[in-house]
Amino acid sequence: MRSADRPISPHLQIYRWQLTSVLSILHRAAGVWLSVGTIVLVWWLVAAASSPEAFDAVAEFLDSWLGMVLLLGWSVALFYHLCNGIRHLVWDTGHGLDLKSTYLGGWLVLGGTAVLTLIAWGAVIVGWAD
Amino acid sequence: MAAARLRSPVGRAIGLGSAKEGVEHWWLQRVTAVALVPLTLWFVISVVRLSSADIDTVRDWVGRPLPAILLVLLLIAAFWHASLGLQVVIEDYVHTDLAKLGLLIVIRLACFALAVAGVIAVLGIAFGTS
Repeated sequence: MRSADRPISPHLQIYRWQLTSVLSILHRAAGVWLSVGTIVLVWWLVAAASSPEAFDAVAEFLDSWLGMVLLLGWSVALFYHLCNGIRHLVWDTGHGLDLKSTYLGGWLVLGGTAVLTLIAWGAVIVGWAD
Repeated sequence: MAAARLRSPVGRAIGLGSAKEGVEHWWLQRVTAVALVPLTLWFVISVVRLSSADIDTVRDWVGRPLPAILLVLLLIAAFWHASLGLQVVIEDYVHTDLAKLGLLIVIRLACFALAVAGVIAVLGIAFGTS
């Protein structure tokens, strides 16, 4: 076997997944996905500054089936990246790095993501407005 | 500790390492992350309240002093954070020199351009020039 073909760690086909590693790669995936979402944020702001037609185009896209799915995805990614980012900031202080704490924090992040997503979309659906 | 002996006293005192930027990348990623915690929570609450709002409502909101200030801060922090994060993702996963260099340049310029576009849109609405 040439050296370039040798499996490198982690060898994903035989790698046993754990909560910690899955959440780690999800943090990056969510970050990349949120970066894509910032394009829509800027599109929305520039459209609002431009014309009613431009704004309606954004609103039509976001109200569509595809737009709603994308918005749901961005909201989940945002809440996950936010909660797990706070977990990372705690780690940066040197706390919570033992195995038990990393798992507890991981489950708290997943719970927090679910709760915040439900609150946000619940508020949209019941029409919490001014 | 052979590594410690190989390092010159001046290099150790300056503490910038082989990339000549020390902990600046790591540190700015954390500083922008801390800024983004309150800013994203405020932004989520705001867009939930603005869901299905028309252009006049959105422009009234964007043009008010506090939302305008917070939006500009959010755009700067978010695109700075995204630029730093995407850079690490590219450095870790893109292994051909040309693609890596190209993507690093494109990502940095795109983040800067999108941030400028968003800030100009907010300021244009806030100052009544667009």
